[in-house]
Amino acid sequence: MTQRIVVTGIGATTPLGGDVKSTWQALLAGESGISTLEQEWVARFEIPVTFAGQAKVPAAEVLTPQECKRLDPSSQFALVAGREAWADAGAPEVAPERLAVEFATGIGGVWTLLDAYDTLREKGPRRVMPMTVPMLMPNGPAAAIGMDIAARGGVRTAVSACASSTEAIANAITRLQSGDIDIVVAGGAEAAIHPMPIAAFASMHALSRRNDDPATASRPYDTTRDGFVMGEGAGAVVLETLEHAQKRGAKIYAELVGGAVTSDAHHITAPDPEGTGAARAVLAALKQAGAKTTDVVHINAHATSTPVGDIAEYTALKRVFGDHLDNIAISATKSSTGHLLGGAGAIEAIFTILALSERVLPPTINLNDQDPAIPLDVVTSPRELGDAPVLAISNSFGFGGHNAVVAFKTYVA
Amino acid sequence: MALDQNEVLAGLAEIVNEETGIAAEKVQMDKSFTDDLDIDSISMMTIVVNAEDKFGVKIPDEEVKNLITVGDAVNFIVNA
Repeated sequence: MTQRIVVTGIGATTPLGGDVKSTWQALLAGESGISTLEQEWVARFEIPVTFAGQAKVPAAEVLTPQECKRLDPSSQFALVAGREAWADAGAPEVAPERLAVEFATGIGGVWTLLDAYDTLREKGPRRVMPMTVPMLMPNGPAAAIGMDIAARGGVRTAVSACASSTEAIANAITRLQSGDIDIVVAGGAEAAIHPMPIAAFASMHALSRRNDDPATASRPYDTTRDGFVMGEGAGAVVLETLEHAQKRGAKIYAELVGGAVTSDAHHITAPDPEGTGAARAVLAALKQAGAKTTDVVHINAHATSTPVGDIAEYTALKRVFGDHLDNIAISATKSSTGHLLGGAGAIEAIFTILALSERVLPPTINLNDQDPAIPLDVVTSPRELGDAPVLAISNSFGFGGHNAVVAFKTYVA
Repeated sequence: MALDQNEVLAGLAEIVNEETGIAAEKVQMDKSFTDDLDIDSISMMTIVVNAEDKFGVKIPDEEVKNLITVGDAVNFIVNA
């Protein structure tokens, strides 16, 4: 890479906490953000899955009523995380034309869309509110952040299901490498804990049915894993050219050294069992980083806790790393957060960044009986990283055959 | 029975406050929705629909553009 790119701000709202600090503390403490849904619609629709990872702090407790009224819940989470990241970066002074946003979602404004359809059927077209379209559009979260920080260098939205926000971070590299942009706010949000998406994911048997014990339902790599657990929230990172960050004396968390996107063209939902597309994404990210496979010491895995997905990712990693895979410490943090779909990659990138800057790897919970077909070195309690600079990657894969990988490195001046 | 002007003003101010966050006491008869209260067309349509529900009146779309001030809206609702 010609321009070095660094992380200067992070923000999140997740099932574990309303900000990065509380989320990270809960993650290191091995907490679960998953609980039984108390909403009346669970019983009304007889939803087969009765739990999820709801945002620990509702956006309405952070934003004004007027902001909430004009933003779909996905955009509300985006704004909360975006503001935290921006403030954390010191609200940098930057020319608006040199400030961009790459903010993703998997599904977009599903609450707004379905509520508006209910209104149309029950009350007629005149009662469908004029803010409906800007609220339901998938670029709503990106636009909300862009308006908030006055980003005029381009506001874009990657939509690639559960790979979306990792793709958004990878896309930010291209923007920053262009020389036209100094700062990108990147990340993703999701707010799809709604009866329809839950019913739809359940009907494809993608979700865990562990209704009687929600906190242990997300159990990547365990022999008894039976599907993923839906989560909601958002993550945002402030990415900046090193030159710009140094000029303003910014605090630097880590260096973003690579990002890559590939596609399987294999099946609309099933991962390629050979893992070739995912492997190519890892290799391409490492190539951009100018790194060797043996440089990687930590992976925040996609690991959603589905029977086939976890094995497919292992196969891809084995293909890339061979015997060196035994030396790589793997964290599957969806065990604590659930799967934030289009927000997953962003919060997992933040966990990877914090692992490097805090020099501790976050644990994977609920792993009681590791699947012998996935002999990975899984971190099950916080593990200290040594003092040497290290390279870590974060993987995300999505329906549609999307593979996205980002690589971060300990920042060394 | 005709609605009372003060009641309509108070009710309308409540709707405006809920939609925009503008303090209800700032919503006065002589204030222009756009120039004084800085209410955009999207908020205006939402206010109109909520006013229809609250006061049980019909405010046709072609009439909305004539409702320049809060007083215009209050008088339209009172006389509807």
